[in-house]
Amino acid sequence: MTEQLFAWLDERLDLSGLRAFVAEKTVPVHRHSVWYYMGGITLFLVGVQVATGILLLLYYRPSASEAYESVQFIVSQVEFGWLIRNLHSWSANLLILMAFVHLFSTFFLRAYRKPRELTWITGVLLLFIMMGFGFSGYLLPWNELAFFATKVGTGIAGALPFVGDFMVRFLRGGDDVTGATLTRFYGIHVAILPAMTTALLGTHLLLIQRQGMSVPPSVEKREKAGETIPQEPFFPNYVLHDVMWWYVALAVLAALALFLPWELGKKADAFAAVPAGIRPEWYFLAMFQTLKLIPSHVLGFEGEMLGVMGFNVAAVLLFLVPFLDRKNPDGRQNPFITFAGVVAVVYLIVFTIYGYLAA
Amino acid sequence: MVTRRNFLDRLLALGFVSTAVSILYPVWRYIIPPAAAEPATDSVIAGKIAEFKPNTGALVKFGTKPAILVRTSDGQFKAFNAVCTHLECTVQYKAETSQIWCACHNGLYDLSGSVVSGPPPRPLEVFKVNLRGEPGQEDVVISRA
Repeated sequence: MTEQLFAWLDERLDLSGLRAFVAEKTVPVHRHSVWYYMGGITLFLVGVQVATGILLLLYYRPSASEAYESVQFIVSQVEFGWLIRNLHSWSANLLILMAFVHLFSTFFLRAYRKPRELTWITGVLLLFIMMGFGFSGYLLPWNELAFFATKVGTGIAGALPFVGDFMVRFLRGGDDVTGATLTRFYGIHVAILPAMTTALLGTHLLLIQRQGMSVPPSVEKREKAGETIPQEPFFPNYVLHDVMWWYVALAVLAALALFLPWELGKKADAFAAVPAGIRPEWYFLAMFQTLKLIPSHVLGFEGEMLGVMGFNVAAVLLFLVPFLDRKNPDGRQNPFITFAGVVAVVYLIVFTIYGYLAA
Repeated sequence: MVTRRNFLDRLLALGFVSTAVSILYPVWRYIIPPAAAEPATDSVIAGKIAEFKPNTGALVKFGTKPAILVRTSDGQFKAFNAVCTHLECTVQYKAETSQIWCACHNGLYDLSGSVVSGPPPRPLEVFKVNLRGEPGQEDVVISRA
């Protein structure tokens, strides 16, 4: 029966070809191999987000008068509703953390080199989209913290030259953060960003499958010197290793969701004072803290505008990394790229911690 | 004869199946909506007595369901659950015949809630009506009998 079904599908879809590809595919084994799994963990967490997100949609209501109450209903009345929401919130944070780890590991292993520039670019785009998911999803429970964080966050877009005012109105669906903003963020969170993710993630994964795993320059050098780099079969060895890491991620996620429930807080009230200690999610904290430190005017420019422009320049540089990394004339790797990466990591960690302590 | 490889394969499969079950069980429980958590309404104020003319009927909100308040030609008040017992359409008052009528399948009830004709299997649930307050300014209060 199974064989017949396989034969039927094979005739139409050439599954044998695919099976042969998977059977022959190998993954290099070396002392940096462990970093290969970071992308897999990120992918696993995306899966968790899709599954729990769809479940939350069954009860969530995207309007200013009902959003908070519907989340309250989910966590207090629906069986396992608390679990689904905690998983979604925690998994979102772990996902962004793992996306950063994945980004920096591919950066330091220089996996973006030719011919993998497009894999890098789609990856950076995906990271920004994930942050967009975080920002838009944060508002959806319509609680006090989220309300004011969104006010501040969308307000920052207003610092952009020329398009600032338009961007603020565009993001908020009006001049202020209201129910219109909530509906808009909901649409962005459950339709626009998922559609973009599907296309980009599909491309990202397809490129990885087509081109195989990149090996870091040190391993490449050994290969060129005639050494054979050990390989392991993609299936089942590598896949099972991947699954093992997914179990690790699942264990961490489940522990967080069980023991550290995500608070719902108070319902948003446009006429209430901003609660003390307000700050954005941790992945925006470094930027938030930087903006706080820039003086209000620098050389006749508005400080905030300069800060926001700086972040934009940094984002463009991040996209261009594969094209900026040129080998030295003597064939050695460009040490400036590694240095810039270390500075970026140190800056992000220090300013995130600083942001926590300063709030 | 179970070989070691065979045994380990089965152990792995058992692990995957347990994972699937421990994920699917909460999901299954989650997608079943919880029993209605809405508070049961016991009484509502339909309005002032002067708002209701003789030989008219009005629909009022009774919790999450509609109720029908009828003032008969002789000035008496009657109230019923306005959900037809046939297929849950909302009924209305028919002034010409002084009856309660369901437009969906032509069910007819009299002013005691009993079925006169049509498909409804049971009479309408009868609510109590009380007048409260100063004479001429009374509130019409509907409550569960």
